[in-house]
Amino acid sequence: MIRIRRAHVLAAALAVALCVPAAGISSGNGLPTSIGKGEGQLNLVAWEGYTQPQWVTPFTKATGCKVNAKYAGSSDEMVTLMRQGGGSQYDMVSASGDASLRLIYGKDVQPINVNLIPDYKNFIPALKSPPHNTIKGVHYGLSLQWGPNTLLYNTQKVKPAPTSWSVIYSKKYKGKVTVPDNPIQIADAALYLSKTKTSLGITDPYELDQTQFNAAIALLKAQKPLIKKYWGLASDEIDLFKNGDAVVGAAWPYQTNTLIAAKVPVKDLIPKEGATGWADTWMLSSHAKHPNCAYMWMKWVSTPKVQAEQALFFGETPANTKACAVMNKLSPGSAAQYHCGASAAYFNSIKFWKTPIADCGNGKKDCMDYTQWQQAWTQLKG
Amino acid sequence: MAASLDPAEGLTARPGRPLRAARLRLSGFFWRHRWAKGLLLLAPPLLAFGLVYLSSLVALFISAFWTVNPFTTDIEHIWNLGNFRTLIDSSAYRTIALRTIGIASAVTLTDAVLAFPFAYFMARVASARGRTFLFVAVLLPLWSSYLVRVYIWRLILDQDGVLNWMLNKLGLPDQHLAYTNYAVWLIFSYVWLPFMILPVYGALERIPHSFIEASRDLGAGGFATFRRVVLPLALPGVIAGSIFTFSLTLGDYVTPLLAGGASSQFIGNVVYSSVGISNDVPFAAAFATVPLLVMALYLTIARRLGAFEAM
Repeated sequence: MIRIRRAHVLAAALAVALCVPAAGISSGNGLPTSIGKGEGQLNLVAWEGYTQPQWVTPFTKATGCKVNAKYAGSSDEMVTLMRQGGGSQYDMVSASGDASLRLIYGKDVQPINVNLIPDYKNFIPALKSPPHNTIKGVHYGLSLQWGPNTLLYNTQKVKPAPTSWSVIYSKKYKGKVTVPDNPIQIADAALYLSKTKTSLGITDPYELDQTQFNAAIALLKAQKPLIKKYWGLASDEIDLFKNGDAVVGAAWPYQTNTLIAAKVPVKDLIPKEGATGWADTWMLSSHAKHPNCAYMWMKWVSTPKVQAEQALFFGETPANTKACAVMNKLSPGSAAQYHCGASAAYFNSIKFWKTPIADCGNGKKDCMDYTQWQQAWTQLKG
Repeated sequence: MAASLDPAEGLTARPGRPLRAARLRLSGFFWRHRWAKGLLLLAPPLLAFGLVYLSSLVALFISAFWTVNPFTTDIEHIWNLGNFRTLIDSSAYRTIALRTIGIASAVTLTDAVLAFPFAYFMARVASARGRTFLFVAVLLPLWSSYLVRVYIWRLILDQDGVLNWMLNKLGLPDQHLAYTNYAVWLIFSYVWLPFMILPVYGALERIPHSFIEASRDLGAGGFATFRRVVLPLALPGVIAGSIFTFSLTLGDYVTPLLAGGASSQFIGNVVYSSVGISNDVPFAAAFATVPLLVMALYLTIARRLGAFEAM
């Protein structure tokens, strides 16, 4: 008897599992044309600070989609999480530019219909079809926020106030420096070298030939004895600054905001050499189990209010130009501070994260690809 | 009790007779064939051991000879020795393996030195009540999460932490142990200490008092008695404890991750990041065979020294 009942339950569950996506999203040319009923759940891989109760709780209340978020410390980890277990464990990922193409070409994410997102038309032009999430006019995700990687320092311990990245490569703060534990950090070294050692001829910090790459690695090797710790999660760096173990380091504005809220005397800046940065995209897994909730989430996080809230919480710039006014209302002057609705010139001055590949456009395919970046980083950390 | 008052109970017991005979025959069989009894007792755990533990070890070892597509990170089932070649050729992995083994040895030595007098006091000096108290003191830290204890050490060692605060109050300069390999060594020595104290205590407690009296009667001094009677008899206990402290340190990755500095990667950290960040399971498997070999060697030596008799 028990066995029969169990079989019934299984059959019913299977039927529901098969029917729900079909019933929810009506498709034409593979893309959904409307958003169906929510599945009650949404599993996200996100950067720390991207799923705050401030905007997640009202979302759950409005849609009934319970949000489960897993924080990842690097783009590599995000890619791995989206691929583990057949790729159906998580519905969406807040991928940066150095992960998004890997996910698209690895067929881990699926195209989305941006017409279902009313706020899409209000995005800054540069983020409507950026090359890191749109291939041949097909949108593989919705742009979210962007911003620069900053130089963070303790205002009482670091004097005079730094203006250059040289402060994290100089012996003055030996044993008090912290940088991200992430191969993409090689680009930060390359960016610094592109301004300080012009003879190397670095034009793009993600497109490095062997000589340029070796120079960046040599700089990072010399930096290693100065490092207190390579931080994995943002909270690690926050601890280091709070407890006085680090006084200067490479950071995201999120750390600065959290530390200032905890009354730690810190400041951040974009040094004169410029900065690397990120432009994040919410991407939908090819095997997403909760696509309707995912579309509702994209709709929700692109609204001016949530865009502004997230921008202020994390310290980044919203993709939606309508969010600028809301930002100023929540925190006067913040829209200008974060370059909300920025000009193309400012946007292009930031070297956004992208996956290094062998083919860097000169037809010679002699650039170092990301596998080599990863290996070099592991060797460096030793 | 209520059931035995039921008159039906007596009736159902009678058809049970042949059942009882069968049971007797069975027990007779097991009495005549001792091996069968042993087999029956051991079969379930052995089966679980073989299926779950050994087969996963074999699977691990096999996957070490596969490779990963760098772009899609799918496992490609092409037999090759590339992972092992990387391990041997790259100085970084050699350094990491040596660091792991080195710190594991240092932790083992530290714990042996710290645990011996403590266990000696517990076994031979303390009163019965004092012994109970010391037992509780040794085991109490094990009740709290390992993670909590590592974080507490971080709070102690931090630049603005408890230790520096105390040092400053005493007019001493700051220590800079936080996020170094010394911190890793210190924390490991602390968290694994109970695993050394208990086997050493067991070995010391088993030394008959008459041996020591005999040694004194034959004219040996306190030190000679310790060196020639107590130490050799307690050594298997120390070796047994060292298996715990050594293998636990060898396989750990949490303490180096949380309390280590810029050069504190352990084998476990590389395995963790190979699986969790670059999705390279074959390479992780290849590196994981290193502690396996080290432990096999260690256990062989420990067996020679009689550690298994003390466990």
